[in-house]
Amino acid sequence: MVGLATVLGSGAMTNTIAEITGADVIFVTGSNTTENHPIIGYRIREAVRKGAKLIVADPRVIPLAKIATLHLQFKPGTDVALFNGLVHVIIKEGLEDKDYVKKRTQGFEYLSSMVEKYTPEYVALITGVSAEDIVRAARLFAVGKSGSIIYCMGVTQHTCGTENVVALTNLSLLTGNLGIPHAGMNPLRGQNNVQGACDMGCLPNVFPGYQPVYGDRDTGTYWRRLKLEKDKSLQPAEEVDPSKLITDSIEFERPVYKGMSVSDEIRAKFSKAWKVELSDLPGRTIAEMFHHNPSRRNRVMYIVGENPVLSNPDTDHVRRCLEEMDFVVVQDIFLTETAQLADVVLPAASFAEKDGTFTNTERRVQRVRQAIKPKGESKADWEIIQELARRCGLDWHYSSPQEIWDEIRILTPHYFLGMSYERLETGGLQWPCPAVEHPGTAILHKDKFARGIGQFSTVEYRRLAADVVDKEYPFILTTGRKLYQYHTRTMTAKTDGLNRLLEEELMAINPQDAERLGLNAHDIAKITSRRGSIVSKIEITDQVLPGVVCMSFHFAETAVNVLSDPAVCNMSVVSGLKVAAVRIEKACEVQK
Amino acid sequence: MRKITFVINGRKIETNERNTILRASLAHGIYIPHLCDHPDLTPFGGCRLCVVEIEGRGLTISCKAPVEEGLVVQTETPVINKVRRIAAELLIVNHHAECLQCVRNTECKLQDIAAYIGIEADHLQRLRQTAGDHPIDNSNPFFIRNPNKCVLCGICVRTCEEINGVRVLDFAFRGYETKISTLMNKPINESVCESCGECVVRCPTGALIIKDYQRPDRVVTTICPYCGTGCGIQLGVRGNKVVSVRGDRDNPINKGQLCVKGRFGYHFIDHPDRLTTPLIKRNGAFVKASWDKALELVATKFKEAQDRYGPEALAGLSSARITNEENYLFQKLLRCLGTNSIDHCARL
Ligand code: SF4
Ligand code: SF4
Repeated sequence: MVGLATVLGSGAMTNTIAEITGADVIFVTGSNTTENHPIIGYRIREAVRKGAKLIVADPRVIPLAKIATLHLQFKPGTDVALFNGLVHVIIKEGLEDKDYVKKRTQGFEYLSSMVEKYTPEYVALITGVSAEDIVRAARLFAVGKSGSIIYCMGVTQHTCGTENVVALTNLSLLTGNLGIPHAGMNPLRGQNNVQGACDMGCLPNVFPGYQPVYGDRDTGTYWRRLKLEKDKSLQPAEEVDPSKLITDSIEFERPVYKGMSVSDEIRAKFSKAWKVELSDLPGRTIAEMFHHNPSRRNRVMYIVGENPVLSNPDTDHVRRCLEEMDFVVVQDIFLTETAQLADVVLPAASFAEKDGTFTNTERRVQRVRQAIKPKGESKADWEIIQELARRCGLDWHYSSPQEIWDEIRILTPHYFLGMSYERLETGGLQWPCPAVEHPGTAILHKDKFARGIGQFSTVEYRRLAADVVDKEYPFILTTGRKLYQYHTRTMTAKTDGLNRLLEEELMAINPQDAERLGLNAHDIAKITSRRGSIVSKIEITDQVLPGVVCMSFHFAETAVNVLSDPAVCNMSVVSGLKVAAVRIEKACEVQK
Repeated sequence: MRKITFVINGRKIETNERNTILRASLAHGIYIPHLCDHPDLTPFGGCRLCVVEIEGRGLTISCKAPVEEGLVVQTETPVINKVRRIAAELLIVNHHAECLQCVRNTECKLQDIAAYIGIEADHLQRLRQTAGDHPIDNSNPFFIRNPNKCVLCGICVRTCEEINGVRVLDFAFRGYETKISTLMNKPINESVCESCGECVVRCPTGALIIKDYQRPDRVVTTICPYCGTGCGIQLGVRGNKVVSVRGDRDNPINKGQLCVKGRFGYHFIDHPDRLTTPLIKRNGAFVKASWDKALELVATKFKEAQDRYGPEALAGLSSARITNEENYLFQKLLRCLGTNSIDHCARL
């Protein structure tokens, strides 16, 4: 979630889930919350019952749209135009939080002149939302005392995902909603420990706690402050106690360093702690691991608990890449589509069979506890990784996850130092928690941002950002998720009841389009994109606009990612999973 | 919030204003029989079991009565007992009481009440109508609705509306015919029900029960393995098998609530398809292998490739489903082996 990090820091929620119920206005976009994050969906519904205004900006009539004060059903891929339109109206009508803008932000003039042309009429033309609704939404959001923006993959999974988030952040900053209760920018992370995987440095360019490995990209103010501090006092690195430099929040920016860089020091710190000389060569991102040019790819691959064959865009390509690699080892609890392509498969224990911690989307670290013995000969992932490390010549001797956690705390003091297992025992703690007496941080950016100042960024709507619709491929296909299934179904398919509730893929298509194409309720449609084609049963529903069709990516039989656009967002490397141009035909008629 | 002091059965009790007499006395360990009140929900005042006597005001239902400074309350008088008994008998008379076959047995609120008030079998017999046999709704894959055990407390109706916010259930029909029903009285799987099971866990009797329920012998508090909300769950374990999941009421995120995946999606843990031994591919087919062999092979292959093409020949994809500690070790391993090519699918 580079988008949010670019402007504010990490891609986690700035506020807590519990605060949602107290919001004045809730703006939900790109998140089918009641199906994908149901408990957060309960909170939104509760807020609405208590009188909160709900604005849903989504191309589909998701369940929340039915209880919304206002539903902005925009054309997929036009998010930036819509958000800029809202900003336009707010500025035009003088509804921005003037005090906040003056005290806490910069770049307002640039923003105002950039959004000048995004009049409601112009935006209506692009997005298909009426000018009146755009004005109404802008007023609703700006007038509320606290406005919470909730978004998910629908916003980030675009070739322009980063821009979408930047445009949304403008909206939040402009209305003074960052750093106050019941408000903020709240990205909902899909899988249970995505936040943890990022926090722990499972990204090429950062160590745990977003400490830069190289290039000093994505570095934080913290690191700059550390550097400045040192320049001033000309002290060696060891003598600066990192936890002393922390106030109550951590934000990031992208300073440009010259000469001796912070990452050199960070690398030195980790090299010392891990007793290895660490590399400063940039690593590959997932998109680069599956690069279209075989000579650019890695030769061996170690995959833990992921099923990229189904979850990545352009499934056939990923499959081919894995087949072409010299050696692939997959560690998982089931023989997934990806594991089937491996040379070696290592059986892992499930979450119920091990100890450790997970970090949720609101930055809360919580304890995972072992309930039963691992199945068969399977082992906890940490044990497998450790045994492999030893065979690779590393001298590791962890006896428990707690021991690993304590090492993390020491190497990432600004985030986790205060979080002992003991303190995590009940309810967990939200990072940053830099000291044992620190209560954890519920709301980020409370008193100030990184530079003391929140930066407005200007992003223009780019028509080419999405896979373009033309005569040959006249439909926009978007992807979504369903309540009863999860991700690539590795886990949910194993519960019969969940299968009964949602047995197969149904592509949602508008009644007008279905009629024009001669499709009836039980027909099977063939869906073709510029990359491939698949077939699927259909569901005729006005939940989608004419010209738009929607599928999930839960089912291997209709791997919708065969179709989707692998063009990557050039800033965050999130593939444009959400939008593809397709052609629809009747594949066969089914009598019922 | 202001504190209020009042007297109940001669005992002085201090509580928050806006609390009800019922909840305040329960919190202080004074039992008042009740069925339709639930701490998570707004008071309803339907079962009338919680009647008490307020000095100077007479009988009142304590679940709806707010505490007031200086109130003097009695929970046990001959009049109260008489009223209460009638209320209880009316509830029980239409209830299909096959307690031994009921999964709610010993956890049933109705049993508690019958035991507290002391129901006379004779009297009940005289009252008993030919309790109508309502069809059982089996349509949901995870739970059963048995209207014959329903006591019309309305807890499921309020739960669905106040907790989940869906409003699947409501009171339908009138008088003696009253029952809890979905819109148009359709089977629940044809309604907008999201199968969250919140109504099932709050049902005080056997009217809403989980299918194939097995009572666990111990519970372990942990975190839901599905989405990034991170709800607290309690795994019910029997032997070495997870047999149930319930929400952790102490968890600050979900406060005991769960969605369909969190509550019912645990069957993957013990699924026969689980991998139980390392596998090595030979001529296109997997064969079982020992940990020693498999790990040795992996280490050798890593080394071969890195010796030949440089450390960058190795890349790793980590998981949003393994723990922090494991993610940490994963990137540590790869970086220690000389490559920074580490990513995960969360970008997607
Ligand atoms: S299972 Fe959930 S959605 Fe369905 S009726 Fe019960 S409370 Fe309502
Ligand atoms: S119970 Fe539902 S909402 Fe809560 S973490 Fe699990 S999947 Fe997410």
